[in-house]
Amino acid sequence: MFNAVSALDHRTFAGDVTIREDGLRGMISLRGDMSLAKLKSVCTSLTGVAFPAQGQANSDGAQGLAWMSPDEVLVMVAHDAVDDALAKIAKALKGQHHLAVNVSDARAVLIVEGPYVRDVIAKLAPVDLHPDAFGPGSFRRSRLGQVAAAFWMRDDQSVAVICFRSVADYAFDLLKAAAQGGPVGHFPDS
Amino acid sequence: MLILHCPNCGQNVDETDLHSGGEAHLKRFGPGSSDQEFEDYLFMRENPKGVHFERWHHSFGCGKWFLAARCTNTLEVFGTYSAQTLEPPKEIIDRIIARRPDWVKGAKT
Repeated sequence: MFNAVSALDHRTFAGDVTIREDGLRGMISLRGDMSLAKLKSVCTSLTGVAFPAQGQANSDGAQGLAWMSPDEVLVMVAHDAVDDALAKIAKALKGQHHLAVNVSDARAVLIVEGPYVRDVIAKLAPVDLHPDAFGPGSFRRSRLGQVAAAFWMRDDQSVAVICFRSVADYAFDLLKAAAQGGPVGHFPDS
Repeated sequence: MLILHCPNCGQNVDETDLHSGGEAHLKRFGPGSSDQEFEDYLFMRENPKGVHFERWHHSFGCGKWFLAARCTNTLEVFGTYSAQTLEPPKEIIDRIIARRPDWVKGAKT
């Protein structure tokens, strides 16, 4: 067995807002009819979290589900559980039109945590991050600086960012620079 | 800066997250059409100063297409709607007429 290594191998920036690369994460891009009960039940049984509504992500540690588009959900499981999960999805959706692909090694996960985490993300993404518009559980696919990224709020002071592995270094430096710049102070709770 | 509401994922999306797909509601002229019709279909586009219907691709987001009605002059957005429509829905037309009483649908500019 080869030794899988994540994009930045747990690189961490410690400051008022901490950025750390979260290591290997199993990710399955699942496309199909999202209204299908079988699809929802296999997703929830694999991850142990509720099926997300539009624009939402539910996560519990390394496991989670994220609403990617009207016909796509991202299934997150432990990195070594992906093959098993793919087999379970194929079994549950047998005969149904769907596509499930292991994209784990194409991606990187960055965790941003701290009191002004909203400011850090808002500096980089064209997204309304006001607490009224983007709260815990909200998920958004957009961009950070010049690269595509998706992120969701795990709680009020913690955001998980997913980007392509090839741009993980850029995304990390970008978040680090935004964190070092300090809070902007436009949001009520920062 | 232009912000459009993506009807597919329900988000208000900045222009930089989108890719413009040009004029909407084109009718395709393929095999069997005249040379003039084919040329018009391929190359001739409206370029109005005012109300315009456009295709937009939410390329940094959900990856889906949608259509938008907006004013090219003031950047006012009248509404966005599903790409799976052959012509603008009535509520969009009503909204445009409310804001631009002298606008005529389909008039050449």
